[in-house]
Formats: sequence, structure tokens, C-alpha cells
Amino acid sequence: MTARNDFFDGMRACAPLMVGMVPFALIAGVTAVNVGIDPVLAVVMSLVVFAGAAQLAAIDLIGQTASVVVVVFTAIVINLRFMMYSASIAPHFSRFSPASKWFSAYVLTDMAYALSVAEFDASPSEDRSRKWYYLGTAMMVWITWQLGTIAGVILGTSIPDGLSLEFAIPLTFMALLFPVLKGRPTMLAALVSGFIAMIAAPLPFNLGLVTAALVGILAGVLIEVRAGKFPSGRQAEDVGDSGESA
Amino acid sequence: MTTGYSSQTILVIIIAAGVGTFALRLSFILLFGRLSEVPPRVIGVLRFVPAAVLAALVVPAILSLEVDPTIGLEFEWPTLIAGTIAAVVAWRTENVLATIGVGMLVLWTLQLVL
Repeated sequence: MTARNDFFDGMRACAPLMVGMVPFALIAGVTAVNVGIDPVLAVVMSLVVFAGAAQLAAIDLIGQTASVVVVVFTAIVINLRFMMYSASIAPHFSRFSPASKWFSAYVLTDMAYALSVAEFDASPSEDRSRKWYYLGTAMMVWITWQLGTIAGVILGTSIPDGLSLEFAIPLTFMALLFPVLKGRPTMLAALVSGFIAMIAAPLPFNLGLVTAALVGILAGVLIEVRAGKFPSGRQAEDVGDSGESA
Repeated sequence: MTTGYSSQTILVIIIAAGVGTFALRLSFILLFGRLSEVPPRVIGVLRFVPAAVLAALVVPAILSLEVDPTIGLEFEWPTLIAGTIAAVVAWRTENVLATIGVGMLVLWTLQLVL
């Protein structure tokens, strides 16, 4: 029963990476409850959105009562990388049934993508079921994320107020920020964005966040264009790992 | 920091963010055959999204400009010090747990002392 073996091999390959994901999922649950989101909705968020960094940002902004459009826009911008994964893994999924394609898309995450593509590049499809190996990695992430969120929600409701737990969100993003600073253009993008976010903080509806991110991205692109390093319309480029972990 | 939104509004946010995120995940998996690769220029722009968005989320949580009643930088000493120390930990270890652990411990310690 090779399908079952492939599924469990995928799960096994993914298991060690879950150590880093558990605290993430716990924070998603704990902070959601702490900013006043209903415990059931906190769990629903993990089921429906299923994207760590985007959820933490959304929880943070919901806590600040940022405008609905800004919250949704921010979550989607953080998740733009999924489009790149979708494009990169699509050739491996081309023979799936429509239902399998939809389900595989729903459980697509940084880790499932990275592990599966590495495995698919290393082994021909007759040796390794694309569907079952991928679903093994993806379901490992999914189960960990949902259980971690539920545990966080239960913890969060029993933790006393006044512990400033919402500060864990910017701290988490800080830990994710440094690995993605690879070279001068990304550093410039981060510096410009951080500075604009600081001075644009008084803008209503948290518009400062969106403005800062857009200007930061523009700064990074401009410095690459000036250096002649920005990809032209013809050459293919490697997609860098975004350094995210959920 | 408690939200001013009702559960209904939060549910709308969750559904909108969820549908948008799912659309991004499904995009090329469903379109494959019609469009086999993301244009390199699009990837060129997207590569800057994580750095820019994460920085925009981190900085205002620690330092922000204030215009009312006077123009100045707004911050709280415990948060600023804890954030700075955590940034050094994040830079040196690139470890989520260590960053959160040190940052929260420093914050709680300072809140007790100051």
C-alpha cells in the first residue's frame, strides 16, 4: 500500500518542523482571546484562514479596531507568497481530480510546499505519490495548527489580564523579520517600511501600515532597478524562501 | 487592548481574509495549463513583501509618532527596552521561541520594577 506509506513518510518528514510551529499556534489562540475575540471565532479563524503570520497580524489589527478593509488587505498581502507556491507546485498537481486540487490548495502552507517540492525534485513520480506525500506533510501542519490554536484559546481564557500578552505578536514578527533580510535591497525595504510605519502611525484606520509596506516594497524594487538586478520580463527567477514558518 | 468590533464583524473579517487567502492558494493550481509561470517581474516585487510587511508590523508596536497634543515620538520605556533586547535576540538566534521568551521576560521584569 504505497499511498499510505507515502502519506506517513510526508507526515514524518514534517514532524520535526512542528516544534517551532506549536508556540506560534498557541500565540494565535492566546492573543486572539486576549484582544477580545470570541474563543469559538478564534478557532474558526484558524480553520478558515489557516495562515500563521496573516492571522497574527489580523488579530493584532482587530485588537486595535483597525478598519475592516485594512485588516483583510493586510492578511491577504502577507499571504501573497501562496500565489508563488501555487504556481511552483501546480505542475505536480496537474493530474489531480478537481476535488483533490481544491483540497490541496486549502492546505498549502510554507512547510508543506517546501518539503514536498524538495521531495518531488529528488524522486520520480512512479516512486513517490505526489498526492499522498504532499497531503502527509500538509495534514501534519494542519492538525498541529488547529490543535495548537485550540490549546492557546483554552490557555488564553484562563490567563489573567495585564500580562501584555499582545506584545508577543510583534515579537513573533521580529523573529520572522531577520531571516528574510537577505542582502541590501530587502534591508532597505524593511528600513523604509519601518520608518514610514512609525511616522504614519497617526493615520486613521491603520492606513500607515499599508502605506509603509507599499513604500518599502517600492524602495526595494527601485534600488534593484537602479543596480540593474531587477528581473526583466524574460528570465526566470528562483523564488526565494520567504522565511515564514506558518 | 480590546477590540471594538462585534463577533459579526470579526466573522466577516475572517471569511473575507479566508476567501482571499484560499484564492491565492488555488490560483495557479487551478489555472495550470493556461498560465504556467508567474511573470518574473511579479516575483521580483513579491520578494519584498515579507520584509516590508513584517517591518511595518513591528516598528509601530514599539515606537510611533504622536501628533496630538504635541508632535513627538510615543513609546513606553518597558516596551522600548524589551523590544530592543528582543530584536538583538531575534537577529542573533533567528529563533521565534527565544525572541518571545526574552522579550516577554524583560517586559514583565521592567513593568514590576518601573
